[in-house]
Amino acid sequence: MIEITLAHYLALATILFCIGLIGVLRRKNLLLLFMATEIMLNSVNIGFAAIGHYYGDLSGQMFAFFVIAIAASEVAVGLGLLIVWYKRTGSIDLDSLSSMRG
Amino acid sequence: MEAIAFYTFSFLTIAMFWIAVMSNQALYALSATAAGMIFISAFFFLLGADFLGALQIIVYTGAIMAIYAFGMMFFDTTRVVKERHRPPFLVMGLSILSAVLIVFIVSAPIISENIVAHHPVIEGIDNPQAIGVVLFTKYLIPFELAAVMLLVAMIAGIILAGKKMDRSLTLMRDEEIEIAQELQDSKRVSV
Repeated sequence: MIEITLAHYLALATILFCIGLIGVLRRKNLLLLFMATEIMLNSVNIGFAAIGHYYGDLSGQMFAFFVIAIAASEVAVGLGLLIVWYKRTGSIDLDSLSSMRG
Repeated sequence: MEAIAFYTFSFLTIAMFWIAVMSNQALYALSATAAGMIFISAFFFLLGADFLGALQIIVYTGAIMAIYAFGMMFFDTTRVVKERHRPPFLVMGLSILSAVLIVFIVSAPIISENIVAHHPVIEGIDNPQAIGVVLFTKYLIPFELAAVMLLVAMIAGIILAGKKMDRSLTLMRDEEIEIAQELQDSKRVSV
């Protein structure tokens, strides 16, 4: 039987992070862009938990715990702002945010 | 046994997140992301992080994806999502930047070989208990700060989303919505 090592988990975390990154670069809809960032946060959580497990350390799990807490508050504030923006402009496209013409 | 579970769940997770990123339908993307979050909790159970696995299901799938589902009610999600088309040089630059970043991510464990356990796993007790011991001794202040941050985020979310909540778009007739929209547009032009 093949043994699953730390490298397997880190490779998986990298693949998931890349998928999230593709989503962030690709998405125009702000709601789906937020979801892609959630995928990236999740992949990092896997990496934290895997390193913590293979080095016998609990810090990795603690960091993943705080990442989840930050993700929850990010979603609450981000979706609130998104709803306000949608009520103002009627769209949540990323291009409609470029009102500063920088 | 562990290998079978690992490969099965990694395939499922990658497939789900790929659908979530590539789908043109917002509802498919939401469902696929929620499924992927549940499959990710399997990795936490495989790694012996039982508490984190339960937290992943409860908080990520139960709370965060539910907030997304509620948020979707405010937006027009039935139409096909249009994708971005950037100028090619920008795509090139961003891709090179991402590639360099990913090389750093992959090579980071090779550079740091001398890792020592800061808070070693406590022998003889379950994972949730060990988490509790570390969380309420070494990480007490970050834990309380996270609690305050969640409270602030909750109040901010209520205030941001709850504004003008008394005017329901679904109960208004189409003409009323148009009149309100025109009023808003003229107000914005004058400002």
